[in-house]
Amino acid sequence: MSRHFRVWRGDSSGGEIRDYDVDVNDGEVVLDIIHRIQATQAPDLACRWNCKAGKCGSCSMEINGKPRLGCMTRMSTFEESETVTITPLRAFPVIRDLVTDVSFNYTKARETPAFSPPEGLAPGEYRMQQIDVERSQEFRKCIECFLCQNTCHVVRDHEENKEAFSGPRSFIRAAELDMHPLDARSDRKEYAQANQGLGYCNITKCCSEVCPEHIKITDNAIIPLKERVVDRRYDPLVWLGRKIFRRDQLAEAPPAGVAPDAHLDVGEMLSTQSGGPSPFGDDQTFPLTDITYQHPAPGSPSREG
Amino acid sequence: MKERIERHLYDVVVIGAGGAGLRAAIEARLAGKRTAIISKSLFGKAHTVMAEGGAAAAMGNANSRDNWMVHFRDTMRGGKFLNNYRMAELHAKEAPERIWELETYGALFDRTPDGKISQRNFGGHEYPRLAHVGDRTGLELIRTLQQKIVSLQQEDFAETGNYESRIRVFSETTITELLLDGDRVAAAFGYYRESGELILLEAPAIVLATGGVGRSYKVTSNSWEYTGDGHALALRAGATLINMEFLQFHPTGMVWPPSVKGILVTESVRGDGGVLRNSDQKRFMFDYVPDVFRKQYADTEEEADRWYTDPDNNRRPPELLPRDEVARAINSEVKAGRGTKSGGVFLDVSTRMPAETITRRLPSMYHQFKELADVDITKEPMEVGPTCHYVMGGVEVDPDTAAAAGVVRGLFAAGEVSGGMHGSNRLGGNSLSDLLVFGKRAGEHASAYAESLDKRPKVRTADVEAAAGAALAPLHRESGENPYTLQQDLQAVMGDLVGIIRREGELTDALKRLHELKLRVANVGATGGRRYNPGWHLALDLRNMLVVSECTAKAALEREESRGGHTREDFPTMNPQWRKVNLVCSLDDMGEVHLERKPLPAMRPELLELFEYGELTKYMTDEELS
Repeated sequence: MSRHFRVWRGDSSGGEIRDYDVDVNDGEVVLDIIHRIQATQAPDLACRWNCKAGKCGSCSMEINGKPRLGCMTRMSTFEESETVTITPLRAFPVIRDLVTDVSFNYTKARETPAFSPPEGLAPGEYRMQQIDVERSQEFRKCIECFLCQNTCHVVRDHEENKEAFSGPRSFIRAAELDMHPLDARSDRKEYAQANQGLGYCNITKCCSEVCPEHIKITDNAIIPLKERVVDRRYDPLVWLGRKIFRRDQLAEAPPAGVAPDAHLDVGEMLSTQSGGPSPFGDDQTFPLTDITYQHPAPGSPSREG
Repeated sequence: MKERIERHLYDVVVIGAGGAGLRAAIEARLAGKRTAIISKSLFGKAHTVMAEGGAAAAMGNANSRDNWMVHFRDTMRGGKFLNNYRMAELHAKEAPERIWELETYGALFDRTPDGKISQRNFGGHEYPRLAHVGDRTGLELIRTLQQKIVSLQQEDFAETGNYESRIRVFSETTITELLLDGDRVAAAFGYYRESGELILLEAPAIVLATGGVGRSYKVTSNSWEYTGDGHALALRAGATLINMEFLQFHPTGMVWPPSVKGILVTESVRGDGGVLRNSDQKRFMFDYVPDVFRKQYADTEEEADRWYTDPDNNRRPPELLPRDEVARAINSEVKAGRGTKSGGVFLDVSTRMPAETITRRLPSMYHQFKELADVDITKEPMEVGPTCHYVMGGVEVDPDTAAAAGVVRGLFAAGEVSGGMHGSNRLGGNSLSDLLVFGKRAGEHASAYAESLDKRPKVRTADVEAAAGAALAPLHRESGENPYTLQQDLQAVMGDLVGIIRREGELTDALKRLHELKLRVANVGATGGRRYNPGWHLALDLRNMLVVSECTAKAALEREESRGGHTREDFPTMNPQWRKVNLVCSLDDMGEVHLERKPLPAMRPELLELFEYGELTKYMTDEELS
C-alpha cells in the first residue's frame, strides 16, 4: 500500500522537504521506508544506520518532529492516512539529508576524565557485588544515539551553550563513573558541576523521555549528581564522614545533608553569581517565552527551508 | 584530472573499529606506535554491539572444573576438528586475561555472589563460561574499548597538548585499496564518507579487522558494513583466504515481521531455559542429536529440564547443541511442513519461567520483541529461523602473530576477517574472546614488524592515481546500473544457491551468475555527488562482496562433504579425508579467484591426548590415529 512521506533533503547550505510516495508493508519501520526510497527513488539519500535492531544508535532522526530511532519506529504507530515527515536531528549541523555532524558529543566525551583503575588491584582481582554494579550498568546501556543531546533545550535552542554544557549523555557517563564501585577518583560530581555545565540542567526530563533504552537519565543520574554536589560542598557532617569512613561505607551512612525545611536552590547555591546561572544562558530576557519544549503536532514539519 | 588527496603518516593503521580493531589499536599505541583507526561508521557503532550472549573465557568462576583445556576441547569439537589447533589453543589460554584486563578499563560485567565475573551457559560449552552483561555484552565490550582509547588520548593530551598525537580515529571512512611497495604494504587508500574527499594513510604495518561478509545474503543478522572489505583487500594485496565455504547460519533469527527478518535472537534465550517447538508443539530437537554428541546431550525432556538447576548430574538439553546442528534441524522441520506461517519455529520462554525472570535475564530481547515486533515474550513464544550470521573463513594467518599468509608482508588480520580459529563452525561466545585475544596479538606483532624495518615502504604515485580513479569511477558513470539492484541480485544468488543446504548443480549455477554480476558491477553507476552518498558507497562495496562471494561459492563446490557451516545435500556426511584439507583462495594475475587444497596443520600430540580415543575416531582417519 502506497503512503505519503516527506523527507528533508539538503546540506549545510540549505535544503527543502521533498515528497515521496512509497509502498509500505505489514510490520515495517520508518528505516525500511528510507531504504526503499534509496533503492527505488533516491539512491543518494543520506541516512546513517547499522544494526537495524535498536542496538547501535545510528539511525537517529526526527519523525514528525519527535527525536526517534528510525529502526524502532513502527509504521503501525501512525494512522494509515497520516503523512510521515522525517527530518534530521535539529541540535546538530546538517551534513547531508538526514545525516548530521554529531562530533560535539565525541568532543565532550573526550573531555570527561576516563575510568581510573584502583591502585594495587591486579587484573582478575576485581571484586564487586551485583547490586553495586547495577546502578552504573543502567547508564552503560546507553547506545549513544544522542537523542537526549538533541532534545535537551539547553543546546537545542541555544547553540551558544554548547561550549559550557556537555549534555545528558555526558552526565550519565559522570554518574556511571561516580557510582562505579572501584573507580579511584572521588571528584566526579564536582567535575560535572564545574566542567560539564550540570547547573544548566533544569530537570525537565525531556532527555529521559526520548531515551530509546529507557534510561532514567534525570532521576537516576542528573538528580543524584546534583544532590550529592550539594551534600559535599555544604554539609560538614558529610565532609567529616568522608574523612572518617571509607568511600564504600559512605553510601550506608545516614543520609546527611540539607535540613528538610531548608529549600535551597541547587543552581543558586553553586553559582559564583548571586541568583545563580540561568539554565538557558545568561543572555536571556524575561519572561522566557520560547524555551518550553513542545512536541509539534503530528504532521507539521518541524523544520522547513 | 588532479584530485586533492589528504595524506597521513602512521606506524600502524588498523582498518576496522570493532572489538578486534580497537583492541589491536590499543596494543599498538601501548607499544609506542603512532596508530590510526579507520571506522566505516561512527566511533563505537561497530557490529560488535550485536553480540549479545557473552565472551567465552575459562575463568572457572561458575564451575571451578573449567580450564583452558576444556575450553580448547569444546572449541575443536564445535569446529569439527577443522580449526587451526594453535589458534584454538592460544585463544583458550589467553581469553581469561583479556577479559580481566577489560575490568581495568572500566568494564562492568554481571557478578557472581562472591563478587567475581558471572559466567553463563552457552551452546557447545561444557561449563558456564560466558562473561556477560545481561544480553548486551557486545555493547559493553565496544564501549569499554572505546573509552580505553579515549583514556589513552587523554594521557597523550596531558603530555603533548594534542588528543590525536598518538592515536586517531578516522570515523566514517572507507578503505578501498591497499598499496604495496614490492611485497610490503605501504599504505591504505580510501575516502571520507562524509565529504567524499580522498585520503591516503601511509604505514609500514596494516591490521585488517573489518569483520564479515553477511551483507551478501538476503536474510542476515549483519549490518550494511559487512561487505567483506578486509577479505577483498587482503586478496588484492596478495594474501590468501581459507575456509570460505564455512558460513554460520545462526539458528535463531527473527522471522516476523518482515522488516526485522534476520535480526538475532540471542542463544542465551536457550541457555537460560528457552525451548524450540514446531507447529505441533513438539520439542523437536531431541530427534536431531547427532551420534558424535549423543553422550553429552539429554534424551528426555525430564533430564534436559533438570540440567538447568543440576548440570553435574544431568546431560544438556539438545537445544544447546552447536549452532550448525540447531540451524539444520530448524531448516528440516520447516521443510517438513511443521514450521510457523512465517517459515520459522517457536522459541518459547513464556511457559518456562516467570515474567519477572525473563525481563531481568533477557532485558534486551524483551525490549527488541516488544518494540520491533509488538510481541511480549513473557506471554507468547517467539518465531525464529536461521539467519546468516558469521563467516568462519577469512584471511589465512600465522596463529601466533596474526600476520597474513601469502605473498604480502606487513599485513595482519584479527577477528571475524581472519580464518582458522573456528574451523568449520564457531561456538557462541568464542567470537568476543577471539577478537580480544587475536586483536591484541595483531596489534603487538604489527608494532614489532613496523619497528623491525629500517626504512618505510614507499607508495608509487601511479598506484595512488589508479586507486583514486577506481574510487571515483562510479560517479562518472551516471547512467550506470543501480547499485541497489545489483546488491539485491547478488543477495538472491547467494541466499538461494549458496545458502544453508548446498547442491553441486546450484553451486555451478551460482558461479555462472556471479560471473555475469561481475560484468554488471564493473558498470555500476552513482548519481548525486560525493558528499555522504550511500549509493556511491554501495557501488564501491559491491566489488568486494562479489569477489568474496565467488570464493565462498568456489570452495563450497570443491568441498564434497558436510561439516559445520557447510552442508552439501549430495554429500551429507563428514568425511575424515576432507578434515585434513584446507581450501585456500588467492587472486591470480588476471584478478581471477584461484582455489587450491593445502594440508591442515596437525595437532601436537599433547593436545591430541586431551581427547578420548573414541571421540577422535569419529573425526580422523585411521592413518592419522595410528
